Amino acid sequence: MSSADRLTHLQRLEAESIHIIREVVAEFRKPVMLYSIGKDSSVMLHLARKAFAPGPLPFPLMHIDTTWKFREMIAFRDQTARDLGLDLLIHTNPDGLRDGVGPITHGSGVHTDVMKTQALKQALTRYGFDAAFGGARRDEEASRAKERVFSFRTATHQWDPRNQRPELWSIYNARIQTGESIRAFPLSNWTELDVWQYIHQEDIPVVPLYFAKPRPVIQHNGMWVMVDDDRLPIPEGAAPEMKSVRFRTLGCYPLTGAVASTATTVAEVVAEMLNSRTSERAGRAIDHDQAGSMELKKRDGYF
Amino acid sequence: MADDGRTFDAAATEAVLSGKAAERDLLRFLTCGSVDDGKSTLIGRVLYDSKLIFEDQLKTLERDSKARGNAGGALDLSLLVDGLQAEREQGITIDVAWRHFTTDRRKFIVADTPGHEQYTRNMATGASNADLAVLLVDARKGVLVQTRRHATIARLMGLRHVVVAINKMDLVGYDRATYEAIRDDFVAFAREIDLPEPVCIPVSALMGDNVVNRGDGMPWYDGPALLPFLEEVDVVQTSTQTPFRLPVQWVNRPNLDFRGYCGTLASGRVRPGDRIVVNPSGRETTVARVVDFNGDRAEAIAGESITLTLADEVDVARGDLLSPADARPQVADQMAAHIIWMGEDPMLPERSYLLKIGHTTVPAQITEIKYRLDVNTHSKLAAKHLDLNEVAFCNLSLARPVPFDPYEENRGTGGFILIDRTTHQTVGCGMISFGLRRASNIHWQALEVDKAARAHQKHQKPCVLWFTGLSGAGKSTVANLVEKRLMAMGHHSYLLDGDNVRHGLNRDLGFTAEDRVENVRRVAEVSSLFVDAGLIVLVSFISPFRAERRLAREKVAAGEFLEVFVDAPLEVCEQRDVKGLYKKARAGEIKNFTGIDSDYEPPEAPELHLRTDQAEPDELADQVIQALRARGLLRE
Repeated sequence: MSSADRLTHLQRLEAESIHIIREVVAEFRKPVMLYSIGKDSSVMLHLARKAFAPGPLPFPLMHIDTTWKFREMIAFRDQTARDLGLDLLIHTNPDGLRDGVGPITHGSGVHTDVMKTQALKQALTRYGFDAAFGGARRDEEASRAKERVFSFRTATHQWDPRNQRPELWSIYNARIQTGESIRAFPLSNWTELDVWQYIHQEDIPVVPLYFAKPRPVIQHNGMWVMVDDDRLPIPEGAAPEMKSVRFRTLGCYPLTGAVASTATTVAEVVAEMLNSRTSERAGRAIDHDQAGSMELKKRDGYF
Repeated sequence: MADDGRTFDAAATEAVLSGKAAERDLLRFLTCGSVDDGKSTLIGRVLYDSKLIFEDQLKTLERDSKARGNAGGALDLSLLVDGLQAEREQGITIDVAWRHFTTDRRKFIVADTPGHEQYTRNMATGASNADLAVLLVDARKGVLVQTRRHATIARLMGLRHVVVAINKMDLVGYDRATYEAIRDDFVAFAREIDLPEPVCIPVSALMGDNVVNRGDGMPWYDGPALLPFLEEVDVVQTSTQTPFRLPVQWVNRPNLDFRGYCGTLASGRVRPGDRIVVNPSGRETTVARVVDFNGDRAEAIAGESITLTLADEVDVARGDLLSPADARPQVADQMAAHIIWMGEDPMLPERSYLLKIGHTTVPAQITEIKYRLDVNTHSKLAAKHLDLNEVAFCNLSLARPVPFDPYEENRGTGGFILIDRTTHQTVGCGMISFGLRRASNIHWQALEVDKAARAHQKHQKPCVLWFTGLSGAGKSTVANLVEKRLMAMGHHSYLLDGDNVRHGLNRDLGFTAEDRVENVRRVAEVSSLFVDAGLIVLVSFISPFRAERRLAREKVAAGEFLEVFVDAPLEVCEQRDVKGLYKKARAGEIKNFTGIDSDYEPPEAPELHLRTDQAEPDELADQVIQALRARGLLRE
């Protein structure tokens, strides 16, 4: 059999993701794509553009802005929206804003709950979206490994891992009652390496923070944290150091640990990753709060 | 992810990104076996010996092994694979979990499914997307009932490659005769059920023999170890060799100049200029362009998600199936299929479900259970309904014809799911064996005197007034009064009463859930005939299930069906107890009595809601008449 009869793993993953994205658009009344600005979102956005070419995206993107994202992320977000002519919605939890909720004053648990989980629920309810695309991958974390591609949520956005619909072949059950919704995960079967290989193959732009550069960092909660603005408290006598660092994942800057690195290209990033000895989410503060913490957050509506 | 001795330099990385490693293909496999066959340990061993465990994961593993491992404080590799908290607490895998790993040769996605009989549905789910199954057998126990069950499900789901990992060889002293006896036993069973020739590998997941490395326990074994076999096995989809099939998923019309038909090729290949047919309409046309994000392509093959444009302006919609003109799918509204039931509530013949095949969703009923398949013994049994995890060979009837292929010939166009119309749960899956020609042989006799003519003669508009509610709620009382008023106004009507019909037409039916469904189905058919005769039909039936009332509604045209919910609290009905039935039911003399030991599902959006505990029957009958009048169904 000739090799033309065989798809590479990236071709197969790409085709499956496009299939999922088209199915959601065909079956749901009002879909939205949750855009978190990270590399997975960049890949998901690229796949969606492929799914509907030569037409435009038939849904808006939405960013839940906690007000604590890296400034470079926000600049990249706005640039991407302009370049691609995207319909981008931005939502910040007004209650959290009023109460001044932040990761430094309130801790990562409260901050994530109020500014991400609650904010997301508010936004979904406010716009009446019945399907929301997310860039989560099953290889990220144990509870995600069991998530369905079409993940069913009650009218109050709850997830019940014991009551998930079986998913057979690529036939997705899209039936919901009024008020209920689904989260759809087109990247379910991708790994971190697949994502980088695909970014390389397709030349997809990503936030420059993924590549190493001398950046001002200090030790904070046992991580190297970048001093992105003056809201980060600098302890008496300490001063930010300039270190060549990059980020494996991107979130709120005080909660995202930098890794020492000299990788300035996708190839170098992948080389470091292949040689690395820690898994991707180890740099995220929120997964370590307690055992099974991601599962608890997800039941409550976290992406 | 490097192993201990190796580091990736720029050149090696370049190879990963652009070279041979980027050409890696994907193998999806399923692991099955019971809780103590060592399935999680086997996968853990594959990951561990392939150096695919990160340092932080290893630290967690060491900590967890001491805290709750089953390896006496040593590394318990099964903990690498266990997922949700709930199952950790129970110590069993409750669902399908997906694992990923990549070697130099291939990327692997593993569906890890539990072994208990009550998880047949999970195994079927995992198998539906797998290229291959790894079936675990405990060398001390040999081929068990559950081994046969897993093999049977693998066969049903159409897996073409089965590997039997005969595990725990260390516990039988790596004995060759033990391995051979189990192998021969399994191969014989595989032939019996027509499963493709299995590959049997003796392994010890605990010690690592024949998992990734050969180990030194079994020098007598000259076959491959498990992982090297999985890296080599040729599962290139025969789907590129099967005829072209494109289920149309979405019609892309960004502007007046472009009209594209999007979908994922289920099989075959397609090029511009190919002569194709739109099914089920049967219209022929030619492929003009094969398009993707980057522009025009010379060809697309099975598995790719692409867009086609056509040479002619033929009518194509989501749900249609494109095929070559000379290799068409079957089109039928009746078919025979294997069904695996996945719902908590039993499957009842004649109940209406939604069937989704490809991108079409149609109402469908199982008209007959030909036999139930005992997945443990492979024997065929009689059945009146199907419970969770049961498998049966059934006849189905669909509301309209759909295009399909037999599942054996094409996994992409021969499988379907069944959806409960009320809860929207996925309650079953099916693999089509063949279409039934019955429907096409019974032609509809077109009659010259039609419904409109008959209704016109009676100077009225026919409709169904469907009174539903608990026994003793007052259905017959109100229905009677309504019919008397209609009679006085000169209308032609007929009242179908639950009790009366059971004396004649339905006297062969009892009160089980199956019989209740059939009871209502027959009355729905009769009321639809009476509507066709031009009558105003009053139906007074408990009709406890929403699904059957919906079926009755669908039997007549829109606007011809009024659901009248005759509502009174159970306590009130029980107090009235006109026929003394509640007393008997409470005493256990009557089984399956609605409201006592059988459910009543109240209507969600009835056209009329009558509260008989709050108003007199005469007032309520007037309300019904007013509702008919407001809808223009009565003569002025």
